Amino acid sequence: MIKPDRIVTTTCPYCGVGCNLQLHVKDEHIFKVTSPFDSPVNHGNLCVKGRFGYDYVYHPKRVTTPMIRKTLQKAGERTQAFDLSEWRETTWDEALNYVADRLVEIYKRDGSDAMAVYACAKATNEDNYLLQKMYRAIFRTNNVDHCTRLCHAGSVVALQQATGSSAMSNTASQVIQNDVFIVTGSNTSENHPIIALQMKEAVRQHGAKMIIIDPRRIELVDFAEMWLPLKPGTNVPVFSAMAHVIVKEDLVNQEFIQNRTEGFNDFIESLDKFTPEYAEEISGVPAEDIRKAARMYATANKAAIYWGMGISQLSHGTASALALINLAFLTGHIGREGTGLNPLRGQNNVQGASDMGCMPFHYPGYMRVDDPNNRAKWEKAWNIEAGGLNLKLGLTTTEILSHAHEGGIRALYIMGENPMMSEPNLNETRKHMQQLEFLVAQDIFMNESGAFADVFLPATPFAEKDGTFSNTDRRVQRVRAAHAPRGQARVDWQIICDLAQRLESKLEVDSAYWKYSNPEEILREMGNVNSDYAGITYERIDKVGLIYPVPDMTHPGTPTLFKESFPRGRGKFHPLDYIPAKEEPSDEYPFILTTGRVLEHWHGGSMTRNSVLNEAYPEARVEMHPADAEIHGIRNGDPVKVMSRRGEVILRATVTEKTSVGVVFIPFHFAEAAANLLTNDVLDPQAKIPEFKACAVQVFPARKKDLPNPDAILQRGRY
Amino acid sequence: MTVTFFMDGKEVSAEENKTLLEIARENGVDIPTICFHEATTANALCRICVVEVEGQRVLQPACIVKAASNMKVQTRSEKVIRARRTILEMLASTMDLSEAPEIQIMMYEYGASSSRFPDAERRQPEVKDDNPMFVRDYSKCLLCWRCVQVCAEDAQYTFAINFDGRGFETQIGTFFDRTIPETSCVLCGQCVAVCPTGALKPKREFLLEKGLSAQEISVLNTGRKKRK
Repeated sequence: MIKPDRIVTTTCPYCGVGCNLQLHVKDEHIFKVTSPFDSPVNHGNLCVKGRFGYDYVYHPKRVTTPMIRKTLQKAGERTQAFDLSEWRETTWDEALNYVADRLVEIYKRDGSDAMAVYACAKATNEDNYLLQKMYRAIFRTNNVDHCTRLCHAGSVVALQQATGSSAMSNTASQVIQNDVFIVTGSNTSENHPIIALQMKEAVRQHGAKMIIIDPRRIELVDFAEMWLPLKPGTNVPVFSAMAHVIVKEDLVNQEFIQNRTEGFNDFIESLDKFTPEYAEEISGVPAEDIRKAARMYATANKAAIYWGMGISQLSHGTASALALINLAFLTGHIGREGTGLNPLRGQNNVQGASDMGCMPFHYPGYMRVDDPNNRAKWEKAWNIEAGGLNLKLGLTTTEILSHAHEGGIRALYIMGENPMMSEPNLNETRKHMQQLEFLVAQDIFMNESGAFADVFLPATPFAEKDGTFSNTDRRVQRVRAAHAPRGQARVDWQIICDLAQRLESKLEVDSAYWKYSNPEEILREMGNVNSDYAGITYERIDKVGLIYPVPDMTHPGTPTLFKESFPRGRGKFHPLDYIPAKEEPSDEYPFILTTGRVLEHWHGGSMTRNSVLNEAYPEARVEMHPADAEIHGIRNGDPVKVMSRRGEVILRATVTEKTSVGVVFIPFHFAEAAANLLTNDVLDPQAKIPEFKACAVQVFPARKKDLPNPDAILQRGRY
Repeated sequence: MTVTFFMDGKEVSAEENKTLLEIARENGVDIPTICFHEATTANALCRICVVEVEGQRVLQPACIVKAASNMKVQTRSEKVIRARRTILEMLASTMDLSEAPEIQIMMYEYGASSSRFPDAERRQPEVKDDNPMFVRDYSKCLLCWRCVQVCAEDAQYTFAINFDGRGFETQIGTFFDRTIPETSCVLCGQCVAVCPTGALKPKREFLLEKGLSAQEISVLNTGRKKRK
């Protein structure tokens, strides 16, 4: 038995559930992770990533020294340097001065519009707040975004339009109060494992009925009352047909519609065309099942909807989410406990990074940047002359890279993101990255994006820093360092403060203030302007966190939103039209590819592929339905080539009924067979989210020797 | 509704439907437990929490027996102490308690001798090291069932492990004795978290104890597994 030197309580760095962790530390290494059984979020339960996936912190490939590229990179000829011999180790002083010189040079020459930054949904609220502050206050640009654009942008925009808010309306733990709940576009067991446990508990112990609406036969289907297997990209007709049934059969909540909503009459008219039979034709879901699901949801006392990327990652992602919101408004399943509209946020702190204003249209607290009143508040907070901050909306994640050209974005600062894995159509992303004039990577590993950089600033993972994360149900929780940063690595907020002061002195401008002595001061500065966080102090969230909005120092937090009214006043119904996915299957590309994640891995893999987790799931796989596999002569485990109009990958096939006929699935974690080489970079017009969930592909048998890593074999008995 | 009854001669009032163990803990009366865990369903498997209830033929497990009006409960009678001591002695003679400090303390408190049953056969199955996350050393397993419970309806709904075999041969196992990666296991490690005796242990902790350095373990993990 190893006796720990200390046990540090913190918050899990993986998904948005925000499980509480206890890190057992011996000789400055974590050797075990446990979770308190009385933790309000996860009740002591963890998934494989939270419990065992911390060892990337100690991986030999972690970069812990500041580095500058040996050969000067030019726009248009930028290359990737994974080999550390192409880099020169340096001091923090030299690295940060170099970054400051180059950024100031480009800013002075090309102005605000040439500057852009990717914030990081893995980093703390404090890190993210400071990063957007640095770019807004010093470079006067709103070109600030992060991966929320690639995950729930559709949901955020839809919720903003319909309610005026953009987070889960209720907490995940309220699922056990549901009588009926819909899970759609979310493989919850793999992506939010602990919320999936609560869903299973709701069904098995509390008698709730679960309806799954998903193209894949996910594990939760085993526990479901109904499974509606729709074709990827046909959300709007299915949900609108449910609304059609609810209206036609008079299952609407008249009182709620009259008192709390607007636009009902226009909305009803738009429903005429969405008969269940019409939806069946498009989606493949039997009309009778749509009716049954609609009745079940509408007639329940308490019903809720939980959704994931399958709703938002489409070229009509906003419309898909609006279709769900319409359902909740029709039935009044919102604004009470055990009901709600609940987008399950992906990253541990994607909610927080969004709250911190790391988005091109919003300051912290979702204050629009084009409103001069909001601008004035932040000008005061940041010691900036009146009218100094930029009113122009910034560019989104995908737009920042597609604007990387002469006259557009010239310098990009990336904190902890990996667009070379997470953007759609990576061959195109690669060309954009090559066009950058200057690129800074602040990260822990030399990943696919950092390898393009001029300067690498070694940052710290969750286990080496203090701060806060905001989880998917708006709970702001503490993050605590288990030990000091490895090597010369520095905590992110200190890197930003150091760099910001160098930038200010080179630009000879007044200071926006960067001399924080601890992260709490940063959160307090933000909370003084953003009322959602006004009542949050480290002392108050020391044990269990607080669910914002917390408008003052005695407020107990707000687990259930919209009890009295919506932030925009009345909830707004949105009439919708069915717009198909941009790329439909054809003779040449007969399958629909949909992408997602697996339990053992995280996104671009910087963390999990440098962890013991990679042993549990060492290779990319494409899931194919047995009927499709047979036609193409493909057996389970065979190497195949998957090709779209944009790229191709070679990987093994998993032949399984988990996917439906005509649909193949590839997780996007694996650089050697990156699903995003295939995906379509078409964007939702409002949310600018790409269509990760549907593109057309062809599948051919391939040779074993063409596999990127033929020796890695996935062994997995579970479904 | 409240019930009033007697615990060790003292009158105690408690809410209805509470177990004797819960009420004892609320009133500062110490009843030892081994298989009981606040996060799992109590099953009264280990019997260390037995108490004497007047009028009952046999000792009653406090973790599942609910208080009733006028019940007379002795938590430390001679019969109770003897039963607890014997349970501890039987455990100590068949299994490895070296990583169960709480049970070792109990043995000291109850004056239990690990050599009371010198002819007892010890259970000594080989250590199972078949997955990247945790190792299973069932020579340290006392069959408390907590791992099975959290794998099933007490937490994970995964059903990867269960009791295997009968009588003395009983052991926690997988279906058809498959390796962990071949089962429905999701490697969540909840079983490791509730194991009271170190029979289940994170692989990293296991390797550190074997004398490997943290650096050596990280290098081990970066090696890819070869096909069988």
